[in-house]
Amino acid sequence: MGTEASTAEHTGGNAESPPEYRVPPPDEVTAGWWDATRERRLVVQRCLDCAHLQHYPRALCTACGKTSLEFTDVSGRGRIDTYSVTHRAPRPDLTPPYVVARVRLAEGPVLLTNIVDCPLDRLACDLPVVLAWRPLPDGRALPVFRPDPDA
Amino acid sequence: MAQSGGGAVLRDRTAVAGVGWTEYTKNSGVSTLALALRAVRAALDDAGLEHSDVDGVACHRVGDSASAVLVAHVLGIRDLRFHLDMFGGGGTSHQVVAQAALAVASGIADTVVCWRAVNARSEFRMGGTGRAAPDAPEFQYQLPYGYATPPQQFAMLDRAWRHARGATAEDLGRVAIAQRAHAALNDRAMMRKPLTMDEYLSSRLIADPLRLYDCCLETDAAVALVVTGAERARDLRQTPVLVSGAATGGGHTLFSNGRADPTVSAAADLAPRLYAAAGIGPETVDVAELYDAFTFLVPLQLEDYGLVPRGETGGFYADGHASLGGRLPVNTHGGHLSEGYVHGLNHVAEAVTQLRGTAGERQVPGAEVALTTGQPGYVGGTSSALVLRRDG
Ligand SMILES: [Zn+2]
Repeated sequence: MGTEASTAEHTGGNAESPPEYRVPPPDEVTAGWWDATRERRLVVQRCLDCAHLQHYPRALCTACGKTSLEFTDVSGRGRIDTYSVTHRAPRPDLTPPYVVARVRLAEGPVLLTNIVDCPLDRLACDLPVVLAWRPLPDGRALPVFRPDPDA
Repeated sequence: MAQSGGGAVLRDRTAVAGVGWTEYTKNSGVSTLALALRAVRAALDDAGLEHSDVDGVACHRVGDSASAVLVAHVLGIRDLRFHLDMFGGGGTSHQVVAQAALAVASGIADTVVCWRAVNARSEFRMGGTGRAAPDAPEFQYQLPYGYATPPQQFAMLDRAWRHARGATAEDLGRVAIAQRAHAALNDRAMMRKPLTMDEYLSSRLIADPLRLYDCCLETDAAVALVVTGAERARDLRQTPVLVSGAATGGGHTLFSNGRADPTVSAAADLAPRLYAAAGIGPETVDVAELYDAFTFLVPLQLEDYGLVPRGETGGFYADGHASLGGRLPVNTHGGHLSEGYVHGLNHVAEAVTQLRGTAGERQVPGAEVALTTGQPGYVGGTSSALVLRRDG
């Protein structure tokens, strides 16, 4: 699983940047996902009936419609599907420029995230990335991604 | 899979009999209720109807505007037979008109007014401050990443689309420039000064790759339409514009519902049903008013609606085919990029104007069939569109 990202000077932010990021409260379906982040485990939902993997967590399997789902760990490796660089921050607690991306996990599901520790000119669609964690003040953490150093 | 049919049930049975606009401004100084009523009054005047003729009301909004029933109260309607208050932005705009047409075609109501009223510049900016976070679980996985505004959302899609099609900034600049040239012929348009490629390319990045001139103009304005039966419309003041076909579609969102290819939109899902409902193919379309919160959505929809082959939209614009005088004029009013941003309903209003033949200097000669579309479904996951046809 990923490591806590070091502070870096790159544009694009780093995993420890803004502690005041607003995180909405979990609900009854997503609570397990957020709890796993306290142990720095990135999980997705897995259907016990058909083995479909999905993210974000929800009350039924979007493949077969059944309702028995568990959380399962993923590798933390993936690729950037697409990304954008925000130059005009939507909230005062955010410092531009920063990178939001759709990352496709090696296991299949996609998630929205930030790309950190990456010079803007290295960003590209299909770039291999690995998991890092941005700690939150309440002990939870946000999964973010950085370029895969082994790729 | 669910089966459905009967998309032709609406075909040519109802008509848009009236269109009304308020002024487009950066600060209306009045409430959205007042804007809605001004546009409704203008649309009724245009149709030659009175407020007492109205027995149905329909609008869409995202918590940013007066409710449909409130507008009905203020109009003094005492026998309200149909009211619809859809939650949604531009993806639902054309569905509001379709639902009004369904209500009339089914006999539930005789005359429905539809509108969109926004103080989108002075009060409620999309994704801006001043509203609570929506409670969709997906937002737990978006807001913490500083992902909240339409330019950020659409920038991701724009990049994926450019990447897949090999489209350049110049390709999208031509969309903005062509629409600005149309707006120059439109008294209502907010932006009428010609735009140059240099100005486009040197405009600041809002959310890379979106530049300032890729983004629409947040506007204070309202647009209203009067929908009534086709026969009734023939007795009224204006040339009826028939609702020939309507469709809605989609379901995929960028993150949670797994569309593998983000460069194909909900428009591709609904287009076959839309054309079947109207009994036409894309080659029949004379003029297209395509939802354009951002430039790339226009060529993307030209592809998804089968109007231009995938990957060929750059040449289509470079050759002038999307301009007045071209093969298929697109966004003849200037669109959201240059006329103003009234969440899709101003596109319906422009289509009606073109089909009436009253668009003046920007008239597409002999226009008989128009395609007009809502946001192609990226944020809320759904889209909607109409085929309109000149009566006769
Ligand atoms: Zn399943």
